[in-house]
Amino acid sequence: MDGVHDLGGVNGFGVVRPEPNEPVFHESWEPIGYALIFVGAGELKAFTIDELRHAIERMDPRHYLTSSYYERIVTGVAALFVEKGYITHETLEAKAGGRFPLALPVTPGERARDESLDLQPGDAVAVRSGHFRGHARMPRYVRGKRGTILHRTTHAFPFAGSAGHGIEAKLEPTYHVKFEAKDLWSDAADNSSVVVDLWESYLEKI
Amino acid sequence: MSDHHSPEAPLASKAARANALRAALDEKNLIPKDYIENFAHVAENDWKPQNGAHVVAKAWTDPAFRERLLKDATAACAELGYGGPQGEYIVALVDTPQLHHVIVCTLCSCTAWPILGLPPDWYKSFEYRSRVVRESRSLLREMGLDLPESVEIRVVDTTAETRFLVLPLRPQGTKGWSEDQLAALVSKNVLIGVALPKID
Repeated sequence: MDGVHDLGGVNGFGVVRPEPNEPVFHESWEPIGYALIFVGAGELKAFTIDELRHAIERMDPRHYLTSSYYERIVTGVAALFVEKGYITHETLEAKAGGRFPLALPVTPGERARDESLDLQPGDAVAVRSGHFRGHARMPRYVRGKRGTILHRTTHAFPFAGSAGHGIEAKLEPTYHVKFEAKDLWSDAADNSSVVVDLWESYLEKI
Repeated sequence: MSDHHSPEAPLASKAARANALRAALDEKNLIPKDYIENFAHVAENDWKPQNGAHVVAKAWTDPAFRERLLKDATAACAELGYGGPQGEYIVALVDTPQLHHVIVCTLCSCTAWPILGLPPDWYKSFEYRSRVVRESRSLLREMGLDLPESVEIRVVDTTAETRFLVLPLRPQGTKGWSEDQLAALVSKNVLIGVALPKID
């Protein structure tokens, strides 16, 4: 989906400010959301990690952009436990003592392409140019762009467009595809490139 | 929806929401005993950049290990005891005098937890996620890494299931150093690629 989470190349953000001697967690509630991912995706098999990523993408954009990282994790995990019927939104708000915004409704998932392409390192490829409303691990800055394969994974992974919606996902290798940064943005840094890890269904042979 | 707090009701604090989620699941007995505490313990103690630093230092000192790391970094890291969630498929990005790698996750904040540790806040910031792919050179300069124009900067966006670590060049002047001495030069920022290992 072309959401606000898809931030690569977006202009307007300022200085990156690293914190010296940063602790792993800043506040005691922060591990809760992370640990509950593993309860939901691991112990209960209630959802996939891809569904969690998509639940966070489905947050109201105003909320997404004004929330902290661990707040987004809590929101996404809570949204899925509610959507899957384990708990109710009312219970959450009663226990929190105030509004507990979740995510906007999920839309249909996407099936991987039936045909498998036998792509290899060194091959030139194009990223598909179509748009998809649901979960996609294809940043919009590479849509329709041409690049070169550097690496094909030796494992196959559930296609994110399906796994992000909890439907059966075809296993596909992913490819590390190198793009010249100037082909993505005319004002990109000199002598720089960007590598994106893309499921096979996002790629086309050229 | 009528039972929900109205849009004008005050937003519960982040901590209150996190604790409410925990309490709601606990009420249904869905959280195994001590699960959250155990997770936090592992995240704070077991997943750390010293693991990745160990991998890098070994690759600098042991050519056979380096070869195995380049061929199958997941197996090479497992050899040293490092693996687990967000470390199921690892690739080492090999810097050369002409090529420098830097890692990002523009869509969320994926990182190789077992060897880098959980990502720092700056890595998860909208500033870093939006800017590094497009203006890598000036952003790295702002962060204190000024690379010559002759060095290609390759930004690697963690958009699928591969997790990465940067294998930087071994600094000059470290001949004869032990693996431990070398590992001490490799920070989380070095493993991400926003800094280079430096001798004081």
